[in-house]
Amino acid sequence: MERIDLISKLRSLAALGMPDEPEEVPVPAVEEEDEADAKAKKKKAKPEPRKNGLLETSHAEKGVHVDVQVNADQVVAAAEILNESGLSLDCVTGVDWLADKEMELVYDYCYYGDYQTSDGAAFRVVVRARIPRDEATIPTVSHIFPGANWHEREVFEFMDINFAGHPELKRLLLPEDADYFPLRKDFKGL
Amino acid sequence: MSSLPRKDKLETFELNLGPQHPATHGVLRVILTMDGEYIVDAEPVLGYIHRMHEKMGENRTWAQFLPNLGRLDYLSALSYNLAYVQLVEKMMNIEVPERAEYIRVITTEINRISSHLVWLGAFVMDLGGFTPLLYAFDDREEILDLLEAVTGARLTYCYFRFGGVYNDVEDDFLQGCLRFCKRFYKRIDMYHKLVTGNIIFRQRMEGIGPIDADMCRRYGATGAQLRGAGVNYDVRKNEPYSIYPEFDFDIPVYNECDSMARYMVRMDEMVQSLRIIEQAVAKIPEGPVKAAKVPKMIKPAPGDYHHAVEAGRGTFAMRAVSDGKNQAYRMKLRSPTYSNISLFREASRGMLLSDALAMMGSLDLVIPEIDR
Repeated sequence: MERIDLISKLRSLAALGMPDEPEEVPVPAVEEEDEADAKAKKKKAKPEPRKNGLLETSHAEKGVHVDVQVNADQVVAAAEILNESGLSLDCVTGVDWLADKEMELVYDYCYYGDYQTSDGAAFRVVVRARIPRDEATIPTVSHIFPGANWHEREVFEFMDINFAGHPELKRLLLPEDADYFPLRKDFKGL
Repeated sequence: MSSLPRKDKLETFELNLGPQHPATHGVLRVILTMDGEYIVDAEPVLGYIHRMHEKMGENRTWAQFLPNLGRLDYLSALSYNLAYVQLVEKMMNIEVPERAEYIRVITTEINRISSHLVWLGAFVMDLGGFTPLLYAFDDREEILDLLEAVTGARLTYCYFRFGGVYNDVEDDFLQGCLRFCKRFYKRIDMYHKLVTGNIIFRQRMEGIGPIDADMCRRYGATGAQLRGAGVNYDVRKNEPYSIYPEFDFDIPVYNECDSMARYMVRMDEMVQSLRIIEQAVAKIPEGPVKAAKVPKMIKPAPGDYHHAVEAGRGTFAMRAVSDGKNQAYRMKLRSPTYSNISLFREASRGMLLSDALAMMGSLDLVIPEIDR
């Protein structure tokens, strides 16, 4: 797996999701400046929701190496890129941002192949997407990573997020007659 | 099955396995579609012991959530404790004294051995051998006594604290660990003579239950599944945490992808844990076991954080989202067995039921950890 390649592919994918800011489209020659820019921007614009794009984060601080935010319709494309590079889907997390009226999907990817030949350090990539809370639908990645099947079912039953194209979107951990979504922030108990 | 080619439609029947079945090691149910003795489809049904730990993570303070971690995988509870305290230490930038790190490694590794011993006993019992269970529990009892002396608990440990450990260990404990190591090297040899070389055991294991590296990758399976499929991946080496880089130990890898490979990985892992314990006991420095400055009120800066450790059954990862309050905004627990069992449906297709149960045993399931 070529990390630089993968990062630039994800970067350009994320850049597609922000057409109104053409200056953000990265040029490989000024990559380092770009990164510094993104970091400075992140610090300044903390209260504002994050814009699409790729951040190279410190593993010691955040636990991941690369953090990409894309549009909801791009998660499949991102999964395809990561699948081709031999990464594995670790888990899918839903986060309910009640105040923003948004749901965030966090896909954790990890590379654990081919350690005999590489430097052996793990490589973790996070892909995020935000969707409106009242119309929470996002395409499934379970046809690319079959392991996503259960992770998406879990997110569905806890947060009422619909995964379009999922083969069996039904209750997994909760009883099959459960009609509540316990991890939504407006869940008030039974 | 008849050796004549089948002309009619496949005639199948449904078979319900569990939730109360000894081979599933807890309350796991599998709905099997069978063609005679062969599995056409196996659908695991989860949730019988679901307790919603993730929600508890959201409505308890960071410190209050600590005991929950020992209730996920009750067999290797300290690895889960470690993941959580290290996650919070990462969020709060808490420095841990060196002695505390050594104590953490010693206790976590000895807990890993006790976890593997339960697996060994239960696994061989699944295949019809009762004796190894009694031997394994005899060894495990020694570990439980050792851990009880320092943690105060025999199973659901809650020993680590943010910035260190609850209390210092005595020299008796360290010497006891060494005595255990000395004893256990001999016992491992005995297990190999008793179990590994057994021809019946080998015939049930070798070439049975293939799980290759690509299947592990597609399902996110980790731990002995991955290392039994020839992938040299262990979080302790590849994403080092605590003071593991200071120790000299190997990651056992087998290329056969079968149940035997997974068995051998775990057996060898116990020896590597012994090596780590011996080195740690030899090198443990004097000093404090708690960080000098740990804020009374844990309020991490907003943002999300990820931390992974190598638990007894694979990669256990936590993703915590903080909004700056004294409770987590979102607490995601990525349990290894959840991903490991999710490949069972694909891997068991076409297998004999008895072989599939042997493979299920080699996955080392702990149901409370799947259901969380």
